[in-house]
Amino acid sequence: MVHSKKLRLRRTLVIVVVGLVLWSITTSWAAGQGSAPSGKIPQANREAGLVAWQQVYSVLTHPRCINCHTATNYPQQGDDRHRHLFNVVRGPGGKGLPGLNCATCHQGANADSTGVPGAHNWHLAPLSMKWQDVNDNLLPSADVCRSLIDRSKNDNLDGSGILRHHQQEPLVLWAFQPGQRRDGSARSLPPLSHDEFVAATKTWVAAGMPCP
Amino acid sequence: MEKYTLTVNGQSKEVTVDPSTPLLWVLREELKMTGTKYGCGISACGACTIHLAGVATRSCVVPVSLVGNRSIVTIEGIGQDPVGRAVQDAWVAEDVVQCGYCQSGQIMSAVALLKSVRKPTDANIEESMGGNLCRCGTYVRIRKAIKAASQKSA
Repeated sequence: MVHSKKLRLRRTLVIVVVGLVLWSITTSWAAGQGSAPSGKIPQANREAGLVAWQQVYSVLTHPRCINCHTATNYPQQGDDRHRHLFNVVRGPGGKGLPGLNCATCHQGANADSTGVPGAHNWHLAPLSMKWQDVNDNLLPSADVCRSLIDRSKNDNLDGSGILRHHQQEPLVLWAFQPGQRRDGSARSLPPLSHDEFVAATKTWVAAGMPCP
Repeated sequence: MEKYTLTVNGQSKEVTVDPSTPLLWVLREELKMTGTKYGCGISACGACTIHLAGVATRSCVVPVSLVGNRSIVTIEGIGQDPVGRAVQDAWVAEDVVQCGYCQSGQIMSAVALLKSVRKPTDANIEESMGGNLCRCGTYVRIRKAIKAASQKSA
């Protein structure tokens, strides 16, 4: 009886040890594959992070982005960021109003033949993500940085979530392929390519999202 | 040129046009549905307003290639909808129309408003209808008619 008990105990111990070893091997292998699905990113230092942040900021404050990150009841248009024509307003949810929604004109893709830009779910960023003041002045880099990482303001996004937003959000992608104006001229592009923007975001996130 | 099958006022319509053709011109020139008007061509006036998948849409700036399989309702078909009917009746009762050119778009936008806001205030009406221009200045009667229609369709 005692002998079989000891055998069972020994067997259990062996199973646990083997299991631990296998788990250890598996996680080491996964770490060696690069970013895990949870978004683990190699460490970067604060200085590199701040440099990367300034690159990100330069994109966020370009008209293709900031025209919809307003502090007002309306979006902006054009490189001169004038008030959007045709009396359009923010409305609840940032999608305009019944009869005058964003989707009243903006479709799921650019309409180059008519000059109306478009992307899936065209709408304004929430007021919590305003990157300018009510007088259309750009907010300082530090202020934009702090609001971007504030999870009470940014739809509860952590670093990985912000990175994913920059990588995948259709309206973000649109900024880098903004289509043509009615006269056939191309809209101006942000100062970085989308790949460069994502790379800068990655560096900034890896550094712990430092703010100036 | 490409072939498109559009659902317009519940009916299937086939057209063969250049993909960049604005929906407005497909409706007017290909389908001979001239109730929807050309006012500016730059989505500024609202005369071309139709409903695309239930959303009031400026057909002068939407290329037919971006319509997809979304259903289209025009001024010719809006009376089939109870709210549309109520708006049309109110428009007649309040004698809204002067020259009439903008009124198709006005009605389509008004229906979109009432489908979303059953009892719109003056502010609701001004904000939602503010993109539909009327050179004859029928705005006061438009507001009155929208309120009358909201009572009827409540």
